[in-house]
Amino acid sequence: MRAWFFSENAYHLLPDPKEYDSIRVKLPNRYYDPKIGADLYHRFIDEWRIAEDLGLEIMVNEHHQTATNLNPSAAVVMGALARDTRKARLLILGNPIANRREPVRVAEEMAMVDVYSRGRLECGFVRGVPYEMSAGNHRPTRMMDRFWEAHDLIVKAWTSHDGPFNWEGKYFHHRQVNIWPRPYQEPHPPIWITALSPSSAREVGARGYVVACFLTGFDGTKVVFGSYRERRAELKLPEPALDRFAYAALVYVGETDEEGYAGARKLMWYLESNKVPPQFTSPPGYHPTASAVNAMKGTNPGIFKMFQKPELGALMEHGLVFAGNPDSVYRQIMKMYDHVGGFGHLLIMGQAGFLDHDETVKGMQMFVREVYPRLKELA
Amino acid sequence: MATNVTQPGWMTVHGVRLEIVERGQGRPILWLHGEEGLDPGAQFLDLLAGQGSVLAPSHPGFGHSPDVASIDTVDDLSYLYLDLLAERNLRDVTVVGCSMGGWIAAEMAVKCSDRFSGLVLVAPLGIKVGDRETRDIPDIFALPPDEVMRLQYRDPARAAVDHGQLSDDQLTVIVRNREATALYAWEPYFHNPKLRQWLHRIKLPTLLLWGADDRFVTAAYYGDAYRTAIPGARFETIAGAGHFPHIEAPAALVERIRAFVGERKT
Repeated sequence: MRAWFFSENAYHLLPDPKEYDSIRVKLPNRYYDPKIGADLYHRFIDEWRIAEDLGLEIMVNEHHQTATNLNPSAAVVMGALARDTRKARLLILGNPIANRREPVRVAEEMAMVDVYSRGRLECGFVRGVPYEMSAGNHRPTRMMDRFWEAHDLIVKAWTSHDGPFNWEGKYFHHRQVNIWPRPYQEPHPPIWITALSPSSAREVGARGYVVACFLTGFDGTKVVFGSYRERRAELKLPEPALDRFAYAALVYVGETDEEGYAGARKLMWYLESNKVPPQFTSPPGYHPTASAVNAMKGTNPGIFKMFQKPELGALMEHGLVFAGNPDSVYRQIMKMYDHVGGFGHLLIMGQAGFLDHDETVKGMQMFVREVYPRLKELA
Repeated sequence: MATNVTQPGWMTVHGVRLEIVERGQGRPILWLHGEEGLDPGAQFLDLLAGQGSVLAPSHPGFGHSPDVASIDTVDDLSYLYLDLLAERNLRDVTVVGCSMGGWIAAEMAVKCSDRFSGLVLVAPLGIKVGDRETRDIPDIFALPPDEVMRLQYRDPARAAVDHGQLSDDQLTVIVRNREATALYAWEPYFHNPKLRQWLHRIKLPTLLLWGADDRFVTAAYYGDAYRTAIPGARFETIAGAGHFPHIEAPAALVERIRAFVGERKT
């Protein structure tokens, strides 16, 4: 198993929650102090460099109009990391390509990071969380059609080397596509795609990309990975290796369970501070119709309620947080691993909120020294 | 509530399947619902059926009408309903639409009104009035649901729906109506940037009706822009109604439609 360190680059110095009704989309940026923000950017880049030094891979994501994540452009921060690092694989998970007006620009940026890093880019494509719809003015209906058209255009841009091609699709028009640079890796950087539903997982499985699950817990993850495997079997494609599956959780390893839990409680800031009203969590058409009906009836699965009132015990029980001493964390990861049929990538959300630099680094060091060697054996 | 709720039927227009309420006798009236969707049990439809032969379809994606991959703009809907009038060979049709339905009706009328006898636009959306930094129409996708209700209804407490009392089918219709609204109206937001400049092509008798208590798009601002863009359009307000007079003042709305249709009976 490979482990990836990521942080959301949050701006954690929020006003009293009574002063605002949404941390996403509409929290005024007067609450953001660019001088503190500059220090935070440098701190987080330092932490990614330390992750590389410790032998971890690097993951970056992006969000928009939110204090929970100050990377509105994953390509920009990855450009800095491509220069500052030498050996780690660099995963962007991901580019919200259904929300981008210009997929060709994404193809260019990703090719540039790939060349800049001498072929270390792993390129993720994501649908984007529901709050991104208002932030980017993107229509939430028929998003996946737009997503796959953007994907097709990007892959064609990466793999066409004989001058311009024409693209007049349903969603994107570009009559002279001919990107410079082209990617360093052949035929293109490895592609990762996040999935929450069986239908998305089947699409990813058919294409053989890495499928990633974020905080989906035991059952949600099992369904997604299972749908991926099933689809490949239906298509009589080779069985997927473990490296086609990734799981993201909040992870903190301490010397004792208590120290691990204390670190995890600080990571939970990410869930606790995610105050978002319903008009941004459920834009029409983002969630399947049946889920929206269940939400109106209050009958969605319990995992959704956990996000509304996060508690460490419940989060650990459902496999959204792996925390404690090294043996505890190893056992928790293996419980998930066994439940979902195995996975080859652990995406470690290892910094959030008030977890300071020293605590963040200690959590990484403990993971690398005491847990990672046992996971690496799972090839 | 209506006492004689009849189940909607189905029709196919140019290959597109539509749930449709057909009720009443006489000269045809096409009712185009807005983002609130079609309620087949609404008192308004019964009252309107007293004035003519009412056709009230659910637009693709709304109600129980299936989604259609190739239909995703109000422009598409306007052609679909022009096709409906042609396929049924209807003449002297009074086309009535409210809110987004008024937008559809206006888009039809600028294209071809050969089969129309008159046009009734009830608080129609569809045009850009102010400058680029003026939000002509409140952003229903970014406002709390109760604030949207407050803006759209004169009496939001009466209009409120207890979701706990609804069947899965009724809840599904509410969700589908919201999804379809986002499909047609997300961007540009509830308007066609080009529509206003072509409204002058409407040479029909046109009645613009506005709820006197419409806080969503006001008569003085949005209504006035529509009135000045359609030469000769008559403008009237309806007391006791917000943005959806067919829900809050159905009898008053139907009375205005009756008088308007009656003026052109020969």
